[in-house]
Amino acid sequence: MKFRKTEKQKKHQQKELSVLIILFTAAFLMLIGYLVFFLAFESERFINNPYNKRIDALSEKTIRGSIYANDGTVLAASVQTNETGEETRMYPFSNLYAHVVGFPVNGKMGVESAANFELLHSHSSVTERLKHAFTGEKNMGDGVVTTLDPTVQTAAYGALGSYRGAIVVMEVSTGRILAMVSKPDFDPNHISETFSLLSEDNESATLLNRATQGRYAPGSTFKLLTTLEYVHENPKTYEDYQYDCTGIFRSDGKEIHCFHNKAHGEEDLLDSFTNSCNTSYASLGLTLKPKGLTDLCNRALFNRKVPFDLPTEKSYFTLAPDASDAEIMETVIGQGKTLATPLQMALITAAVDHGGKAPRPYVLDRVVNDEGHFVKSLATEGTISIMSEQDAALLKEYMRSVVTDGTGRALNTDAYTVYGKTGTAEYNANRDAHSWFIGFAEKPGREDIAIAVIMEGAGSGSSFATPAAKEVFDAYFLQPDGF
Amino acid sequence: MTSVFIQTAKYLMIALIVTYTVQSFLIFLRHHSEQAKRILFKEQMVLIYLFLSLGFLSMTAYTGEQQILLLFAFTLAVITLLQLVYRLVYVHGSILLCNHMCILFGTGILILTRLNQQQALRQLIIGAVSIGFTAFFPYLMSKKQDTFRKWKWVYLIVSATLLLLVLIAGQTSYGAKISVAIGGISIQPVELVKLLYVFFLAAMYYEKQTVVTALFTGGCTAAFLLILAAARDLGAALIFFVIYVGMTYAVYRKWVLLPAAAGVVLLAMIGAGKSLGHVSNRIIAWKDPLSAIDDQGYQISQSLFGIGTGSWMGSGLFMGRPKSIPVVSKDFIFSAISEELGAIVAIAVILISMLTLLLFFRMARAMQDPFYRWVSLGMGICYGFQVFLTIGGCIKLIPSTGVTFPLVSYGGSSLFVTFCMFALLESFYITTKKKDSR
Repeated sequence: MKFRKTEKQKKHQQKELSVLIILFTAAFLMLIGYLVFFLAFESERFINNPYNKRIDALSEKTIRGSIYANDGTVLAASVQTNETGEETRMYPFSNLYAHVVGFPVNGKMGVESAANFELLHSHSSVTERLKHAFTGEKNMGDGVVTTLDPTVQTAAYGALGSYRGAIVVMEVSTGRILAMVSKPDFDPNHISETFSLLSEDNESATLLNRATQGRYAPGSTFKLLTTLEYVHENPKTYEDYQYDCTGIFRSDGKEIHCFHNKAHGEEDLLDSFTNSCNTSYASLGLTLKPKGLTDLCNRALFNRKVPFDLPTEKSYFTLAPDASDAEIMETVIGQGKTLATPLQMALITAAVDHGGKAPRPYVLDRVVNDEGHFVKSLATEGTISIMSEQDAALLKEYMRSVVTDGTGRALNTDAYTVYGKTGTAEYNANRDAHSWFIGFAEKPGREDIAIAVIMEGAGSGSSFATPAAKEVFDAYFLQPDGF
Repeated sequence: MTSVFIQTAKYLMIALIVTYTVQSFLIFLRHHSEQAKRILFKEQMVLIYLFLSLGFLSMTAYTGEQQILLLFAFTLAVITLLQLVYRLVYVHGSILLCNHMCILFGTGILILTRLNQQQALRQLIIGAVSIGFTAFFPYLMSKKQDTFRKWKWVYLIVSATLLLLVLIAGQTSYGAKISVAIGGISIQPVELVKLLYVFFLAAMYYEKQTVVTALFTGGCTAAFLLILAAARDLGAALIFFVIYVGMTYAVYRKWVLLPAAAGVVLLAMIGAGKSLGHVSNRIIAWKDPLSAIDDQGYQISQSLFGIGTGSWMGSGLFMGRPKSIPVVSKDFIFSAISEELGAIVAIAVILISMLTLLLFFRMARAMQDPFYRWVSLGMGICYGFQVFLTIGGCIKLIPSTGVTFPLVSYGGSSLFVTFCMFALLESFYITTKKKDSR
């Protein structure tokens, strides 16, 4: 009996040991599993973090690769000086692509920063790399092909002229950024010498990429959203809307003026939009629910991070449920506290042309090795739902009316069809104003493009930003097909 | 030319350690004749020597420093000493365990040489002394077999004294009081207390297995945990707790202890995370290290940068930046291995450590004498859980607990005690075998 008991005891003991063995084995396998998971899915986020100095160490073994436009034009390249073998970065177009291509020094910026990892990795041929391993030469880093279109970029750069501001142009169906200009600009060829000066100049903020990080009062371009909210709240009766514009509207001790105090007379909602009638919008704005407008704006990428390859600033919208009449009147015409980035406004217009869904924007298209062979795609897919299809169709009709009968008539051409909205955003008590245009254009056989133009302190939207947009549309649609 | 050598060496080293690991698994899982085993063990030693040679030679090639060759020679000498001791003194011991010790200790020295040659040298000296010391264990064991079981109060009093000593006279480093300076040498008494504590529990349970005994040991554990918490050494507190739960579970065979223990750990983590600043810091660093990269998340971010950038194949020795990780030679040595030697080597190291732990358990299972069995089991839990904590912290599976990697990390006290644990395991094992054959 006694013997049996010890046997039994021993068996039991073995069972407990087995449980511990299983638990510990599972814990160790979890370590391996997590390490594999980290390397496969998580590590890229860590590797590309700007704090990761290890990436810079790669430049000791790799010549930084080139950056290309969508047609293969070189936008940035590394050149080695013959005597010392020292590497310098060359930008053949100087200021033209300054913000979007950026620079790889002083904290990095633009594509140079976003594609740092790719540019410093080499997929050149194995024999080449093996040869270099023996000779001690550096490998040629991979190139990054962007979505930028030199024709469109050049036109946008010229269209902005000497004004401060930004232009974003994007392909509506894909979200490919064709042009991204910000002014004032700088010459990236000399960034090492000029950086400290530029970075300290907060007044002109030259290093800020205004297209993605500049925040402006949206002015009348905001009426897209006000219109939508009014339609949502009055789905049956919005077509019966009537307003008699005298050029001035007063409430709560606040006066709202139409541009140049012009009296637009009897208008329905479409007329108000087409004429960009401030007083009509201030009046209808007072009937809107602040909560509804806030929700709509949040869907339209206000107060949200816009997903993009380059750093973006969040657009800002707020309207408290108990907001004063004065505040509401200002907000619904795009003045007040609201701030929008050009990229975000371009996305809203793209959504209007794209059934209510904005494409996810991107500027990094693909990685190629030094011989131009495809390595991997960097393009992002997907859409951001901003409004319903009916909403988009309605706004499309309204935006077309702006071009045929309203403030955007300068864009009325047979060569292509434009839909748009102008904006004049006052930013100080002297009535100095930023000039806005947002819109899109189509032509059979060509991809639709969406645009946002902001010209700081230029004045009215129809006189400055609209002609600028026209230059860009002309360049895009009138260039020979199959470029 | 040098870079070709380093890169080629890197791939060869990966191949060697993978072969070693696969072979170890085969030896562990399959039954081989003594003859076949002897050949396999020899092959393993060749693999270890080649692995270390390639590492040390590529470091010499890169730096051109001849003292690395001296460290290399010293490393080979210490490893050979370890092999001799285990083959001559611990006759019929587990050679597989000895081989694992060699490759883990050797890899540790290799990466320490890369990080800090001074530390590598000290580690080698302490290793040699420890191995020499443990050579006398079988002799002591045969003389004093039975006294070990009866010294439970000695274990308890010495442990408590050492812990209180740390709390009162300890030096603070990285928020925890863990070391005491004696005559210019800084030692970490907690490492020794881990071993004493295993002996204490085994001795208590060997004498009586009543509910009162379990409650008493539980009370002692709670008191230890409080002292450790006051010294802010939460990694050690966690290890003591797990040893207590594991051993008590094995002795009393109450499965309910396991989920209860898991619950206590979770509650303690939540409670400590809320009330203790240094714990909540570590939890923030664990959840999203990049969001606190300038602050609490710096260390773990650097570790993950290294592991991520090194990727599967590693950067090659001296080609990465492991030194940017704070305390890399202690708590984060695993990250340095993964960054420069590659994640494949790092995974092999995890698997070898796992096999080492499984050997602990297998050898414990073979012991008839419950006291030996329980001590072996406790030491196994102590070793395995430490490895889990340190690697889990490096790769962000769990919050970092500031625990070192036994045999691999720099640290004299830890190395000495780890060598003692392995030697004790082997001593118990051969004593058991001798009894069987008698």
